[in-house]
Amino acid sequence: MSAEVELQNVSIAFGNFYAAKNVNVKIGAGEFFSFLGPSGCGKTTLLRAVSGFLEPSQGKVLIDGQDMSGIGPNKRPTSLIFQNLALFPLMSVADNIAFSLEVRGHDKVQRRKRADELLDLVALNGQGDKKVHELSGGQKQRVAIARALAVEPKVLLLDEPLSALDLKLRQKMRTELRAIQQRVGITFIYITHDQGEALTMSDRVGVMNDGELEQVGSCYDVYEAPCTPFVATFVGENNAFYGKVEKVEGVKVKVQTGGSSFIGQAGLGLDKKNYKFKAGDEVIMFVRPEAISLKGNSKKTQNSFSAEVKTIEFEGNLKNIFLRSAEDVDIRFSVPSSSDTSGMEPSKNVSLSFSQDNAVVLPTGALALD
Amino acid sequence: MNSFYKKNGPVIATFFLVAIIFWLVFLIVIPQLYMLDLSFRPNLPPLLRGGPDDVYTLTHYKHFLYGSETSKDAYNYVDIGVFLDTIITAVLVTIINLCFCYPIAFYIAKLATPNTARLLVLALVIPFWINELLRSFAIRILFAGEGVINNILLELGLISTAVNFIALDIALYTGLTYAYILLMIFPLYNALETLDTNQLEAAKDLGSSTVRTHWRIVIPHAKAGIASGSTMVFMLTAGALATPVVLSSPNTYWFTQLIYQWFNMNDNWSRGSAYSIILLVVSVTFVLLMMRLFKVTIGEVVR
Ligand SMILES: Nc1ncnc2c1ncn2[C@@H]1O[C@H](COP(=O)(O)OP(=O)(O)O)[C@@H](O)[C@H]1O
Ligand SMILES: [Mg+2]
Repeated sequence: MSAEVELQNVSIAFGNFYAAKNVNVKIGAGEFFSFLGPSGCGKTTLLRAVSGFLEPSQGKVLIDGQDMSGIGPNKRPTSLIFQNLALFPLMSVADNIAFSLEVRGHDKVQRRKRADELLDLVALNGQGDKKVHELSGGQKQRVAIARALAVEPKVLLLDEPLSALDLKLRQKMRTELRAIQQRVGITFIYITHDQGEALTMSDRVGVMNDGELEQVGSCYDVYEAPCTPFVATFVGENNAFYGKVEKVEGVKVKVQTGGSSFIGQAGLGLDKKNYKFKAGDEVIMFVRPEAISLKGNSKKTQNSFSAEVKTIEFEGNLKNIFLRSAEDVDIRFSVPSSSDTSGMEPSKNVSLSFSQDNAVVLPTGALALD
Repeated sequence: MNSFYKKNGPVIATFFLVAIIFWLVFLIVIPQLYMLDLSFRPNLPPLLRGGPDDVYTLTHYKHFLYGSETSKDAYNYVDIGVFLDTIITAVLVTIINLCFCYPIAFYIAKLATPNTARLLVLALVIPFWINELLRSFAIRILFAGEGVINNILLELGLISTAVNFIALDIALYTGLTYAYILLMIFPLYNALETLDTNQLEAAKDLGSSTVRTHWRIVIPHAKAGIASGSTMVFMLTAGALATPVVLSSPNTYWFTQLIYQWFNMNDNWSRGSAYSIILLVVSVTFVLLMMRLFKVTIGEVVR
């Protein structure tokens, strides 16, 4: 059993400070939805409003169409996994998992049976009698999931549950969380500041900035068709060329940036329509690092420019090359490690190009700082 | 030891060591040993001390159990009665104290905003700047026949004649409970403060009622603090003197009052010592038994 969750104009204030501003989103039953945003942008606050620990200052939370105002966390069909898991350290693993059954007056035998089933589900068979502190980080994670699932929630809320794990385990748990979600078939609302996590697990992602939901879309949309400069730079890496619109032709926009002119595509707004620009508008043109290549295959649809190599960073599968263009724009692009980069020593000038189809033009706005 | 010296420098380290040893040896160990020794000796006038009659004897302990040799009763019902009364009342006072302090400590530790918490702590601490005797008299005034409480109750028409709170020992229980409230609240507060608030929320999210959350999560977490506070309150209540002297009804005796009488009024230091030792040993044994029962170790209690 899964449920649909809808936030209608949800704003949450602490005193005069708004931690969430007018958030609207409808999360489908059985969906894996992630809120993605930098830390402090209001993700936890939003999740607490869904779970019932906070009432929105304005707006409504609906679960399966039912207004949740005034309904406490213990009465909602949701279950929350806390950022620090909040397992009960003085209880055994099985008692932790079966706590919600104890609350409902199930007897010992039933509780144990259910705990064992859930331990199976999260691949922890036979660990029920251990104390919480005897488990590893990843195992604790699974116990927290099992405990939250024991109440048979229609919606599972997860507050950065993987942030305390090391990289390898985190990657493994991503796959596993996704698998668990598909097995139990309930709605998962996941929050994270890690775009990799959000993109690998989710059906859809909502990108948050400063209490506002900037864009909601499939992982592909959010990456390939960002609506705002923040989304463009927060989700994945991006090169930003500031400039002025010179000419508009349908969705093609010619942008004057520094000494050169590049042609790109007008980005999609929240309404899924291309932004309408006119000559003279201040814009930013975004080009993904992987879209930039060394000049050579020059077609007509290419923008080209030259830049000076600053540093080359080796990152295993990739080499990241940092450059500065003639117009003093910092550029980064990446090539597979196996590529020949012998001509690219620091302080050398190289010619680069990118396709017009891979350049997204957006109205100016704040970038994500990293 | 070396690292202790390194950390604090020779002067301060030596001062600490000397002070601690002085405190332990001269102020605690030696007087107690002296009392222990005294309790096994007959009560002799100064001239006969160290003489042939000054031999070890159990006479004072026997007196506590069987009374004076001239008494007709099989046991010393009066003294044993007072003793049991004292212990039982001290247990009750400790329990009342715990029930009273737990919500306060929980509120300060987990629910109050930092400012409210500070104010509450101040409000709790400031009355204790007044000494115990004065506080007891103040409570006596509150509970007296024509005291504040009776006047209010009469005024409200809730009672038609004044209640004798002193004779009912209500004043005594109130005074004793209040006297050591801080020694309960602070260990409780310290223990509760370390409880992760997310655990309370997690329990709530899993459907737990407030009572169950306390029973299954908060109290187990605070067990050591509860034990520590209860131990101190029990020990001090059983050994209290000023409050019972001021607040007990004329026919209620606190065991310490008996001890006091043996030492001062009857000038029988040996018997006074024996009675003190009995109180000490029984109290400590009782506390250890309770700790055993609730599976708390000494290490946890003094942490
Ligand atoms: N109880 C609170 N009182 C006041 N401010 C709060 C409270 N909880 C969160 N905030 C503020 O709200 C903002 C968002 O916090 P949070 O939702 O925890 O962010 P995130 O989970 O995205 O890191 C932060 O600036 C934080 O300081
Ligand atoms: Mg958070």
